[in-house]
Amino acid sequence: MSDIHNYAAPRSLDEAAELLRAANVTILAGGTDLMPQSKAGRFKFQPTLMNIRHIPELHGITQADGSVRIGALTTITELYTSALVRERFNALWQACDHFASDQIRNAGTIGGNICNASPAGDLLVPLLALDAKVVLASKPNGALTTRTMPLADFFVAPGRTKRAAGELVTAVEIPLPPAGFVSEFFKFGTRPALDISMIAIGLGATRDGKILRNVRVAFGAVAPRPIRAPQTEAALEGKALDDATIETAATAALNDVHPISDVRGSDWYRRELVQNMLRRMLAHVRDH
Amino acid sequence: MSATIDITFQLNGVERRASVLPEMNALDMLRDVVGLTGTKYACGEGECGACTIRVDGLTVNSCLMFAVDCDGRELMTIEGLVATPLGEALRKSFTENGAVQCGFCTPGLMMQASHFLETHPHAGPADIKRGIEGNLCRCTGYKKIVDAIADTKVGEQVDVA
Repeated sequence: MSDIHNYAAPRSLDEAAELLRAANVTILAGGTDLMPQSKAGRFKFQPTLMNIRHIPELHGITQADGSVRIGALTTITELYTSALVRERFNALWQACDHFASDQIRNAGTIGGNICNASPAGDLLVPLLALDAKVVLASKPNGALTTRTMPLADFFVAPGRTKRAAGELVTAVEIPLPPAGFVSEFFKFGTRPALDISMIAIGLGATRDGKILRNVRVAFGAVAPRPIRAPQTEAALEGKALDDATIETAATAALNDVHPISDVRGSDWYRRELVQNMLRRMLAHVRDH
Repeated sequence: MSATIDITFQLNGVERRASVLPEMNALDMLRDVVGLTGTKYACGEGECGACTIRVDGLTVNSCLMFAVDCDGRELMTIEGLVATPLGEALRKSFTENGAVQCGFCTPGLMMQASHFLETHPHAGPADIKRGIEGNLCRCTGYKKIVDAIADTKVGEQVDVA
């Protein structure tokens, strides 16, 4: 007998929020994480399965008031083929380029990648480096309300976020970067396709001559959640990006990461990768 | 409510109805409910591409897709693809290039190749390799598959014997 007693495919955000308020719900978006995790017995379905595909408010990439709103149901392919993403959010575009396979990019969504909250989630590191915010909707008192939270505060532990049971992630908001902004993404895996990161690095900064300002560095797969790297950022902030600064930042990065050893790589190897690949990324930014 | 959900979708150009369990994947629906066994089950977790189908024109791993999510959408499987000129051209090229050995990955590769060629009609070997990165073949070493996709004569008249 199925654990799922009710299937719902709401046609509006209001309807979805009402279902979330009234019942215990498993949310279905692309399904590319939900299906294998349920087959492997890693989670138990709630009594209601809610497919959010038909909610128009969750689709589309729009630009307004100095930021870009990416609907939670935007697929990796839609991000990858968006001129706006490619031109303004290089790190995010690069992460899409290294994301799984065409088949999974066509189904997987940005909202799903965020809510799955894997420490190695491919989009999470560039989104942290781009200072993204996550928008959550709910209907606590019968009226639809939303709250916005920095993505850096959203992740709690592997698979766990600050999304309350009655909430739905509706969108990601990314501030439009100023002139001179650079962003980079690097993912290390054993092959380009369908690999889970051994480590990932995201960088966002505004170039002022040789000096980097508003530096944001993020790391993936080196802690229980994707993290910002405050010590690395401090080592780079307001400094001319020369060999000495790069070396200081690479050393500082070792204090920001707390990797584990697992099937994909040892703690030691991940630290080596973080240090060496950060050096390489910073040298690339310096030279371009 | 009943344990199964009734859904309606277009399958290879024909409207179909099916009753599916909510946790069932689209692959099991196609093979066990609808009875089309051309789409193959291999890894079951999106790594190998043997179960690739097209949904609203795009390729997906049917093993990762919830069957209920097929409601209202357009599906194409290998059975539908081979009835199209592009499908026939792919079959001819795969055969002539010796790109089929055990054959288990072939339906998924042809589905992915059809999607790739529609969007990249003049792709070279490097782009083709990227295009089929989500499909595994354990027999051929891929060279003949890449050759077969590169040799597929898109849009030309094809002899259907």
